[in-house]
Amino acid sequence: MSEPIVKAEHLTKHFPIKTGFFRTLLSKENPVVHAVDDVNFQIGTEEIFGLVGESGCGKTTTGKLLLKLIEPTSGGIYFKGRDITNVAGREMRTMRQKIQVIFQDPYESLNPRMSIYDIVSEPIHVQKVAKTMEEIKDRVEKVMEDMDLVPPEEYLYRFPHELSGGQRQRVAIARAFILQPEFIVADEPVSMLDASIRSEVAKLVLSLVEKFHISFLYITHDMALSRYMCNRIAVMYLGKIVETGPTEDVIQHPFHPYTEALIAAVPVPDPTAKRTEIVLKGEIPSAVNPPSGCRFHTRCLYAQDVCKKEEPQLVEGGKNRYFACYFPLGK
Amino acid sequence: MPLVDVEHLKMYFLTMRGWVKAVDDVSFTLDKGDSLGLAGESGCGKTSTALCILRLLPRNGKIFGGNIDFQGQDILKLGERELRREIRWKKISTIFQGAMNALHPTTKVGDQIVESIIAHEKVSKKEARKRAEALLDLVGIGASRIDRYPHELSGGMKQRVMIAMSLACNPDLVIADEPTTALDVIIEAQVLKVMKDLQQKLNLSMILISHDLSMIAETCNKVAIMYAGKIVEQGEVASIYKEPLHPYTQKLVSSFPSIIGPKKELASIQGFPPDLLNPPEGCRFHPRCDYAMEICRRTEPATVFTGNKNHGVACFLIGGEKS
Repeated sequence: MSEPIVKAEHLTKHFPIKTGFFRTLLSKENPVVHAVDDVNFQIGTEEIFGLVGESGCGKTTTGKLLLKLIEPTSGGIYFKGRDITNVAGREMRTMRQKIQVIFQDPYESLNPRMSIYDIVSEPIHVQKVAKTMEEIKDRVEKVMEDMDLVPPEEYLYRFPHELSGGQRQRVAIARAFILQPEFIVADEPVSMLDASIRSEVAKLVLSLVEKFHISFLYITHDMALSRYMCNRIAVMYLGKIVETGPTEDVIQHPFHPYTEALIAAVPVPDPTAKRTEIVLKGEIPSAVNPPSGCRFHTRCLYAQDVCKKEEPQLVEGGKNRYFACYFPLGK
Repeated sequence: MPLVDVEHLKMYFLTMRGWVKAVDDVSFTLDKGDSLGLAGESGCGKTSTALCILRLLPRNGKIFGGNIDFQGQDILKLGERELRREIRWKKISTIFQGAMNALHPTTKVGDQIVESIIAHEKVSKKEARKRAEALLDLVGIGASRIDRYPHELSGGMKQRVMIAMSLACNPDLVIADEPTTALDVIIEAQVLKVMKDLQQKLNLSMILISHDLSMIAETCNKVAIMYAGKIVEQGEVASIYKEPLHPYTQKLVSSFPSIIGPKKELASIQGFPPDLLNPPEGCRFHPRCDYAMEICRRTEPATVFTGNKNHGVACFLIGGEKS
């Protein structure tokens, strides 16, 4: 793999829970939500790295940590080899030109009172990267064309409510692209869109990666779509990465029982397909007191005594493949 | 005799800008024990069609024609009183979209089920409670949770309470409107499994409304694809997924990524669904269709049944006639 654009090392985020005065006096430790716990990964140039998992597994928190929207409890974040964990203020603002974000819901991420032109050009004003009005206009039109919103004039002076969901998400992507970033965090960018529109926006994202050589952190719960979007994926469960590797490899031969269950849960658009039926019992446990040992043992079909006591570490299971399980499947 | 027979149903919404043709000449039938998936993009009229069957239209929705035959009764001719007493919940019940918000937040879930039983049947409270316990067992929540409040349950459990409630009066038909949106993949699989099991156990008839074709493929045996207020193709699930005939269905089916089998190119449909205030003339799909011919722009294709008797499609490519 080429030089990584982004690297996360032992990234951890615990959110403190507010408790009453007496509870604080009596208990030695304050309870925390273990949102992200000791997560390691790196993302190469022009790579789309997928983070998959159920809601509450910490995938969005990981995205926010990389964007430095929240401070990590411990661990480091590296951007192009530089430690940006403690960079803040003006320096971080300049840094943000290179790190952008696309949010999940295009109905809420666009200010309803701003025209499309204002929305897309806002990053330029914030970063003060263009000098004249003409230059701004040129850049906005250019980026709109890249998003297939042509002719740009037809969209620029409209407001978000006049656009359909797919068009709105393109505007949100245009806003992320206008500063020519090198790394984008995309948090479920197509999950709110309709099926036919979804595949179109997904294809747009893929073509943009090729055209502008951008790296992506792609956060999703849709395993089937991640197969089309991501080069590599990491499966998260309760704040931990339980398995990672090249997407196709992981989907065809999952090692971790959770990955297997996640794949089996995805509905298949083929009524004649024969599939293994694995339906996990119960819900994801609380992240305040995560289960001891392997965090998945409470729902795992293959759990044994050792899983309850000791936490499995990520071990290598083939080329670029890592998993954290004592009893991996197919081994 | 089919359980439900919808014929030429037309329902428009009156808005400030005119009549929105939400359901326009929709016909389908459903036999006892069948589960029909109504699929299509948002705004194609699938929920409106279901609301017509329950006669739960908002004030600005008006039925302009057609009939809905349910067990020999024309639902469209019934009065509000009869509907409430005889049809809704007792014979046709529904699982609403977003179960999280459909439950009353300050009433115990058991009491909510009891309430719906007592409202429709002459039974004692004690007996109703017993039935509520049995229903909660049936959907896999367990009778012990009968005195919980909705906020004490997770999203998947709330959705199962909704399913239990929809079965409270042993209905003949259950309409499920996007029952798993806002649920996670694994929880979605759990809920779908409960629904599939119940269907077999109780020989339920069901209409499942969803934009997710893969979900319909897993739970239904029949499917009707809607586009811009019309059903463009309907038939057995297997034959529609294997040999989709309508260009829209073909695109829709291949725009869904699959996690198994070889990785295929994802299809996408250019453009956007039409404005139902002024739907395009002729076939409503022609502005986005790759195979649009002259006739498609002018005349509307009627549904023709090809080969397999149950596979109906409205397209001139498949020998559609003028309607």
